[in-house]
Amino acid sequence: MDPAEFEAHRTALLRFALLQVRDRDAAADLVQETMLAALTAADRFSGDSSVRTWLTGILRHKIVDHIRKAGREVSVDALAGEDGADIVDAMFRQDGHYVQMPSEWRDPGQLLSERRFLEVLELCVRGLPAATAQAFLMREVMGCETGEICKELEISATNCWVLLHRARMRLRACLEERWFGAGRK
Amino acid sequence: MMLSCKEASRLMSEALDRKLAVRERIALRMHVVICAGCTRVEKQLAFLRQAVAEIPAADRVPGEGTQ
Repeated sequence: MDPAEFEAHRTALLRFALLQVRDRDAAADLVQETMLAALTAADRFSGDSSVRTWLTGILRHKIVDHIRKAGREVSVDALAGEDGADIVDAMFRQDGHYVQMPSEWRDPGQLLSERRFLEVLELCVRGLPAATAQAFLMREVMGCETGEICKELEISATNCWVLLHRARMRLRACLEERWFGAGRK
Repeated sequence: MMLSCKEASRLMSEALDRKLAVRERIALRMHVVICAGCTRVEKQLAFLRQAVAEIPAADRVPGEGTQ
């Protein structure tokens, strides 16, 4: 791995960790440990997945351990133990229509460079249940393919899509409430 | 096959993760074209992907100063 590639992976891993671990130093340590573990175990890299996915897998376990040590729960079965299902179900009526009609988001493109908006989005991401957040961040921050995510989380492809759907619908609802909602000044 | 908004939202999300089958795509388009709510949600889910990529998490954590 050349230095530029190493640095690119490290930066992405740090983003991944920082969105799950509140303590910045702890997140940086976890990434450091991951890079060291990867260097010492490089001969065990199977090549079945991309290097980035492999690194993400190592870091993911370290993050789960860290969250558990901090006393927060990470459900082993991401689907059974988390509250996500009810929340998405609650967004729809019995007949499958929206309980609350989604509103029109004005000028979203402009928000991409608005710091306060991105902070609200970040808070929404941090509000996701831990396992849902991991699946979502593996997809959107680390750019893993869903096949790789399912394998890493040991869930079926269908369940992987369910988790990602939940994550997106929760984030959508969170932004609608906390940024686009009527309550916003 | 007529989709509900709930099913449509699921397909809209999955479209970001896999290539939908032709019949799924057709069913989704047929629903979205007559559904104002799903038209919005579809745009919003795509926007969400762009926005998450812009979170400057590597530089700072909310509530803390820089560095």
